Amino acid sequence: MSEESKPIGGEILTKPFKVLMGFALFAGLLVLIRFVLGIGAVANLSDGFPWGIWIAYDVVAGTAIACGGYSMALLVYVLNKGEYHPLVRPALLASVFGYTLAAISIFIDIGRYWQAYNMFTPWYSNVNSVMLEVAVCIGSYVGVLWIEFSPAFFEGMEKYKSNMPKFLQNINVSGIHKLVKKYLFFFIALGILLPTMHQSSLGTLMVIAGKKLSPLWQTRFLPLLFLISAITMGYAIVVFEAIYASVGFKHAPETNLLSKITGLMPWLIGIYLVIRMVDIVARGVIGLAFRFDLNSLMFWIEIASFVVALAFVLPKANRTVPRKMFLGAVFMLLAGTIYRFDAFFISFNPGNNWSYFPSFGEIMITLGMIAFEIMAYLYIVKKFPVLPAPEHA
Amino acid sequence: MEIKRRDFLKVAAAGGLIAASSATPVLAREPKGRLKEAVGLLYDSTVCTGCKACVSACKQYNDMPQSSSTPQDPLWDNPLDTDSKTYNIIKLYKNGTGEVKDREKDGHAYIKRQCMHCVDPACMSACPVSALQKDPKSGVVSYDKGACIGCRYCQVACPFNIPKFEFEKAFPRIQKCQLCSHRLARNEIAACAEFCPTGATVFGKVEDLLAEAKRRLAYKPGEYRKYPVARVDGKETTERLVTPYVQKVYGERDGGGTQTLYLAGVSFEKLGLPVLDEESDARRTETIQHTLYKGMIAPIVFLGGLIYVVHRNTKDHK
Repeated sequence: MSEESKPIGGEILTKPFKVLMGFALFAGLLVLIRFVLGIGAVANLSDGFPWGIWIAYDVVAGTAIACGGYSMALLVYVLNKGEYHPLVRPALLASVFGYTLAAISIFIDIGRYWQAYNMFTPWYSNVNSVMLEVAVCIGSYVGVLWIEFSPAFFEGMEKYKSNMPKFLQNINVSGIHKLVKKYLFFFIALGILLPTMHQSSLGTLMVIAGKKLSPLWQTRFLPLLFLISAITMGYAIVVFEAIYASVGFKHAPETNLLSKITGLMPWLIGIYLVIRMVDIVARGVIGLAFRFDLNSLMFWIEIASFVVALAFVLPKANRTVPRKMFLGAVFMLLAGTIYRFDAFFISFNPGNNWSYFPSFGEIMITLGMIAFEIMAYLYIVKKFPVLPAPEHA
Repeated sequence: MEIKRRDFLKVAAAGGLIAASSATPVLAREPKGRLKEAVGLLYDSTVCTGCKACVSACKQYNDMPQSSSTPQDPLWDNPLDTDSKTYNIIKLYKNGTGEVKDREKDGHAYIKRQCMHCVDPACMSACPVSALQKDPKSGVVSYDKGACIGCRYCQVACPFNIPKFEFEKAFPRIQKCQLCSHRLARNEIAACAEFCPTGATVFGKVEDLLAEAKRRLAYKPGEYRKYPVARVDGKETTERLVTPYVQKVYGERDGGGTQTLYLAGVSFEKLGLPVLDEESDARRTETIQHTLYKGMIAPIVFLGGLIYVVHRNTKDHK
């Protein structure tokens, strides 16, 4: 298996990397202000809108975008499609950072972070709370992802010693590498169970918001719609990342495998759209989509994004053209993200003239998180065996 | 396409299972009933004169700081709504000229807002760390800062927007009315009721409050009736001219029922109270969650299946 992936090498401190570093450092400064002066000092959050883009993007959309590892695991290990194996590691890498950054974002967002461990104590944890399930599942999944990805590190430390910083060069990891390999199947299984649970529960989170959420989004199918769209976004990010990396690092994309993965998306998007629309019509709230207000506008932008994604990936001929697969993936990621924004704050109305638009500080912290994610990704793929080796392309 | 129909159906089946179980809530959680000893407040908007004695009494007896809505003159305690420094507030409804009290058109009315102490509180169901608890006897919903992680899901969940958060602090807390539980503990009543001079807010057992509310709905406008002051079962009363009521006790069933009850002369919606179903959102959520998870049995079975399949398939790949 190890010949599948290779470090791509090259300069780390490139110009784009330095720009990203600027964003990340600026965000770090804002985070410092948040911890010293309180959340209100950097965010536009209020008692009416207690959750904003830190939750809706960094956590809810961010983990869905980071579902590549989960979606590929479903394909490779549940449906037993070993041929997709070269795509698992890059997918996992994006998942590792997506989820880790989501967990860090949660720490920035919650007010009493120093008591976060209360969730894991039996005398405080509330088993009726959807939030408990989401938090515990995401927390443990971050750990599972690092274990799932660890063989890439161990392989890197064994085979590409010269790539490693000095202090890592003399550590022998073969023992732990063997141990992880032996029990990896267990963590892979957990790595499928946990996202199935929390990606659906992220939708269930908003059920308790009741009438504060527009009926166009408030439904008991929230968990199912969130799960299906998260899995689809997982395949989309794999396609997106593989094609983007092939352009950026100048190697041929794995068009054959990618077109098969893209071939799954029309099924998933189709099922999603049928459930979404039938539910709205059956509950008799379709009229709300024609009110020409912000909610109806966002509803159609959201649905249109899904339809455009579908239009790109449905025709078989499109699935041999990297540019079209790429656009299909982009629209799918956009559609799933808009759906999550709508359900978490755009169609959320606490009444009483409360309103929310993210502040400069909130946006910059979110951008800094994304910048940090990309920096970490670039560093790892250059130093460790993650991306498919060229001879496989 | 390489993915065979059969394989696809396997995945679809898992999704279908979730769909089916969320569509048929077989394990619908029982609705929660009222506690026998539950206590609460009855606020009668037609009696209230808007004097705000309850607002200042609440601040005094809960040791709350001033909250100013006039930045040019920050020494005034004049909040416009409940906030992280204000548990209790009197708000005004005004329409047109506002001249006649308790009339929707060209009239005005007052409304007191504080925690409703729900029969089935959404905040309590939502809280991951049990920081919001309902007293098993009095039914008072209280907050434990030692448990709270500050996730603010209670704020998302509460249909009345009652929990308030200290966004301006580095070590913030949630703040909300706890029905003066420190005063209840020494056999006193909620400050807002004790210091209400008109009898607009009375404290008592919820069943007595509900009976009193229904009695008032049966009074004829124009007749004189005795209204209890401070305690619904107390000796102090005041005689007053009955004015017309909207024929509903808000909180009797709304959102699964609340321990703060309202009577009013104009529609509750106009006064800013949300229109809620009789099924609480806590029940709706817990029904979905428990239907999917069946007490964690479903995930464990699912994990067992996954371990088997993954183990077999990883062997294949080697």
